[in-house]
Amino acid sequence: MSNTTQLLRFITAGSVDDGKSTLIGRLLHDSKSIFEDQLSAITKTSERRGGMGAVDLSLLTDGLQAEREQGITIDVAYRYFATPKRKFIIGDTPGHEQYTRNMVTAASTANLAVILIDARKGVLTQTRRHTFITSLVGVPHIVLAVNKMDMVGYSKETFDAICAEYRAFAAQLGLHEMTCIPMSALNGDMVVERGENLNWYQGSPLLELLENVVIDHDINTIDFRYPVQWVCRPQTQEYHDFRGYMGRIESGVIAAGDEITILPSGRTTKVKEIVTYDGNLQRACAPQSVTLTLTDEIDISRGDMFVKSAAMPQVSKEFEAMLCWLSESPLDLNRKYIIKHTTRVVKCLFARLEYRVDVNTLEHHSSATLNMNDIARVAMKVQQPLVFDSYTKNRFTGSFIVIDEATNNTVAAGMII
Amino acid sequence: MSNQPFTHLDVLESESIHIMREVAAECKNPALLFSGGKDSIVMLRLAEKAFRPARFPFPLVHIDTEHNFPEVIACRDKLASDLGERLIVRSLDDSIKKGTIVLKNADQGRNAFQSVTLLETIAEFGFDACIGGARRDEEKARAKERIFSFRDEFGQWDPKNQRPELWDTYNTRVHAGENIRVFPISNWTEMDIWEYIAREKLYIPDIYYAHEREVIRRDNGVLPVSHLVQPRSGEKVEKLVVRFRTVGDMTCTCPVESHARNAQEIIEETAITRITERGATRMDDQTSEASMELRKKEGYF
Repeated sequence: MSNTTQLLRFITAGSVDDGKSTLIGRLLHDSKSIFEDQLSAITKTSERRGGMGAVDLSLLTDGLQAEREQGITIDVAYRYFATPKRKFIIGDTPGHEQYTRNMVTAASTANLAVILIDARKGVLTQTRRHTFITSLVGVPHIVLAVNKMDMVGYSKETFDAICAEYRAFAAQLGLHEMTCIPMSALNGDMVVERGENLNWYQGSPLLELLENVVIDHDINTIDFRYPVQWVCRPQTQEYHDFRGYMGRIESGVIAAGDEITILPSGRTTKVKEIVTYDGNLQRACAPQSVTLTLTDEIDISRGDMFVKSAAMPQVSKEFEAMLCWLSESPLDLNRKYIIKHTTRVVKCLFARLEYRVDVNTLEHHSSATLNMNDIARVAMKVQQPLVFDSYTKNRFTGSFIVIDEATNNTVAAGMII
Repeated sequence: MSNQPFTHLDVLESESIHIMREVAAECKNPALLFSGGKDSIVMLRLAEKAFRPARFPFPLVHIDTEHNFPEVIACRDKLASDLGERLIVRSLDDSIKKGTIVLKNADQGRNAFQSVTLLETIAEFGFDACIGGARRDEEKARAKERIFSFRDEFGQWDPKNQRPELWDTYNTRVHAGENIRVFPISNWTEMDIWEYIAREKLYIPDIYYAHEREVIRRDNGVLPVSHLVQPRSGEKVEKLVVRFRTVGDMTCTCPVESHARNAQEIIEETAITRITERGATRMDDQTSEASMELRKKEGYF
């Protein structure tokens, strides 16, 4: 493995019937990421279930005992594989209707989404749902995998028609950049190898695309945002006066000597040093975790944010957001909840429920509450001001989770508008 | 503009540091589980990167099965002392004396019983978060576990009722008596660990590298001969050149035949190996397809 291998996180969206598990199994199998003991375990299971000789590659992604019993995937599972070019993390999400929340969860960290379509069925309601969630959560790259091409005689006309319909739908969501690939995960056409059956297709097989898609620009490289995580005061002889602000650069670049603004207070100062275990740096950028020292002594604590940019974030106690309700207990508009946004934890309440989005039709409906898997636009009020950007500008400073103080459960995911 | 593209190890390292700092900032009384194995040695380096020049904001805790390889225990003590960090050791023997662990026979494998002593130690010190070095690529049940994995007051993991985990925004909240297990290297693979050991030149127990060792063949595996594992009648002691891919309980941790004498050679070997880490080395994970899941539900990390 070279020293410049990059990491790509992607999700696969589609139902069991679309051959999603088979596709992941194929990717792992053909990229030689499956080990003999894993293969022998699924071979045994395939035989026990009365499989017809061929090993069922979809069994590779079955995780928990309950799933093995029910034969379905019930949660988000993460898979890892590597090629000489890249390391991959697959967020494997189930395609069942009641699991919108799982897809939102997996999509939140993904660089890319593979949306699966059964070539015989074309663009379905669930395809629209998956695409909507992908755009809502701001996954930067989309691949439409038109699977089961073997079942439609590898027809170019069928593929072209599905792609045209899909592109028209995606354009309504403002999605214009995507790649459509015809494939047969079952036979291995256009997954890792090109195969012999889709010679009319000029593009890359899926794996080649995953290896080469440019992800350097997925992080905002312009606006420096640095939420303070932890104040480092060693109080040892050697570091008697050392006061370092530890955190991860969520976006942008910083250099020693740069002037920064501390929010929400609005005070300005300069970066004295960028300290790391491996020595001080002249400059650092997202997603590095560093320690910053400053030229002035200012009262700073966890939850404050250092920024440097022409575009300043908003500092406000009120904002609107798109929300995905994740909990089995519905939203109670009379209650206060807790928001965790970057490194800041504050009390919040829901001022207004603007509308709920029907994820199948994209229609807006009025709603008195939110249930699990609902997606809605809401107006929120928080007790202390938050320092934020809109989610479309910055995934890190535009996102938050909602926690129910009574149960401590994570009940919603929010994206600031 | 960003300068150089970051490698996967840079990105994973930064993610792990971020996770450790979240624990330090939000949990009241955390601990870092440290065994002297390779993954926990990587965790120590990550903790140094997260908190130096200050001391760690948590003690190191080892739950000692008393079935550990002496080389690993020696490494554990050396690293803790070199770093000048506090090491708390609690032994399964204490739980056995107290009667909270009842063994069927004296030399049976002890991995599964670690949960009991771990939970007792959590109660003794009132830890609300235990940082561990488990990875999602190790095992199927772990592939589904959150980075911040909530445990109820019995220390149990409920796989069907996990908190959703979005972006890098971690929910660390627990009520009194409950705790969180935190896995900062969830997204690392065995290969990443070895690449990091090579990159950081980490000192690890030498039994990870190829050496000559007396072994016997038992239950489809190769077991190291030790004071705990003696040849039974009909079993022949052989000398093989082996290394350990994991270093757990001596009675059920199998070495693999190998001539890899340093991290770089192990990386080359790992790149072409056809057997998973646990599949090759842990007899106790092979009892059933769901053995890890069952252990975790009982409080195992």
